[in-house]
Amino acid sequence: MNNGLTSDITGKVPNLSELEAITRRIRGKVVEMSHKARAPHLGSGLSCVDILAAAYWGALRVNPQDPKQPERDRFILSKGHAAAALYATLAYRGFFEIELLDTYGNPGSCLEEHPGPGYAPGVEVATGSLGHGLSLGVGMALAGRLQGQSYRVFALLSDGECNEGSVWEAAMFAAGQGLDRMLAIIDYNRWQATGRSEEIMALKPLRQKWEAFGWSVYEVDGHNLGALIDLMRKVPDGSGKPIMLIAHTVKGKGISFMEDDNNWHYRIPDAEELKRAKIELGLL
Amino acid sequence: MRNAFAAELIALASTDERIVLLSGDIGNRLFDEFKDRFGKRFLNCGVAEANMISMASGMALCGLRPIAYTITPFITTRCLEQIRIDICYHNVPVIIVGVGSGLSYASLGATHHSCEDIGLLRMLPNMTIVCPGDKWEVRLALRAALQYEMPVYIRLGKKGEPVVYDQAPDFVIGKGIVVRGGHGICLLSTGNMLPVALQAANELSQKGVSAQVVSMHTVKPLDEELMAAVFSGFNVVSSVEEHSLLGGLGGSVAEWLADQPPQKARLLRIGTADRFLRCSGGQDYARKYFGLTPEVIADKIWQMYQASVSGGVTP
Repeated sequence: MNNGLTSDITGKVPNLSELEAITRRIRGKVVEMSHKARAPHLGSGLSCVDILAAAYWGALRVNPQDPKQPERDRFILSKGHAAAALYATLAYRGFFEIELLDTYGNPGSCLEEHPGPGYAPGVEVATGSLGHGLSLGVGMALAGRLQGQSYRVFALLSDGECNEGSVWEAAMFAAGQGLDRMLAIIDYNRWQATGRSEEIMALKPLRQKWEAFGWSVYEVDGHNLGALIDLMRKVPDGSGKPIMLIAHTVKGKGISFMEDDNNWHYRIPDAEELKRAKIELGLL
Repeated sequence: MRNAFAAELIALASTDERIVLLSGDIGNRLFDEFKDRFGKRFLNCGVAEANMISMASGMALCGLRPIAYTITPFITTRCLEQIRIDICYHNVPVIIVGVGSGLSYASLGATHHSCEDIGLLRMLPNMTIVCPGDKWEVRLALRAALQYEMPVYIRLGKKGEPVVYDQAPDFVIGKGIVVRGGHGICLLSTGNMLPVALQAANELSQKGVSAQVVSMHTVKPLDEELMAAVFSGFNVVSSVEEHSLLGGLGGSVAEWLADQPPQKARLLRIGTADRFLRCSGGQDYARKYFGLTPEVIADKIWQMYQASVSGGVTP
């Protein structure tokens, strides 16, 4: 079937060194967007760039020229505060012009600091209040099954987001329904807004929690593009269960002075810091 | 009302394959026929209303027409943010159906009362609010809601309410139905208070005035054309609802009235006071507690009417 959907999971894995170069451009753009728009949540965005790149270049069957095709795979950024990373990924993937990213956070722009509902091409749902995305995704996966479609649904959550009770409602329901085309990914950078995620609530043992809730769980280095792509292409994995990827990540990944420093949840980089970041990324 | 809902749902689902029923672990037996006939299109979502509402949005975004059903407070106040963001912000055609609205389940305690839901949901952009007055309006409301491409909230009572109409009335969302003609006094009733409003009109007849009764089945959008007509044509207009005086039909009419030039009619709001019912008792008891009986309603309206026709000031 030729419907223009790319990243066919039977196709070949993209060239990882090229993809790594793309992630550096995305990271540079995300830092620049935070600087220009004076928008927070930079550390959270940098944390999930590799996950986004692996999904959009390596696993998702999507057509950037026709982003609403009914058969497409769905990607939900449940951790909506990483919107800049999603926008930059979509732009580099061809959903819209890279120049549009310059409007991020500007008055009247479709690129809000948290994604709006379908305002920007490729954005599936509005998020920003945590704990909604997995349920939305489960609804989409159920709809796909009811309508005899084979699309898959990916939802990217943060570890802090697992504080929300609705996440676990969705977890139990998806497992009860055996929704094996549902993939959830946790960007496990071990920080939430104001502290260590495993100290604020008893997050650990995260793997065993999701296994106990009936999910097929994999752990992966969330910055290893090849490993991420391999696992994402396994959906469904034959277990009959929904799939959870616990992606171990570093908040602020890619910029030495931001890595694992939670001040960058809210801090805005100044011009000098933007320049240093771009040099580190090999963009200057 | 809930039996009429189940019967109409089956009729509609047999011709519209997009319909999916999501239940929050209620409706034991009520949906047996639906389950038998449409199997996979019935989903017991468990006691997890937040997830149910968000899932309904996800399903609607993929082309289905989900109808989410459970007890009113649990499908409105408990998951208000899911309704606000996932349904209203996305502006998807999900039908939210609350059963046991107002004081219908009074005997179960204040946890199961729902006198705030209209007010809360009325504030949400894109939301339409329909409160049927009898089984006919239930069936017609569901039919009409499925023609909408936007969110609709349907507020049901329980079962066995009095039937108001002999046959299906003309029903259009957003247009009140004049159930009984009259002059001087106009009762605007919404939801399960319609039979009580008609009884109150009978009481008023005995006092010598023939009151008009309108079924304001749609609270949002408000039928402004009808508002203009009744406020210029009557002396007293009274809202009647099994809902708080804050934010419901009466609140909505008061907001409309505040934006108008002076009108002939005065507004009286009949509803529940701003407090919880903190003791045991069924719906009849609860209605008495809040003054929602035909006699009390007729007395209040009569006092204001007498004052208005004599040009005096009501206390």
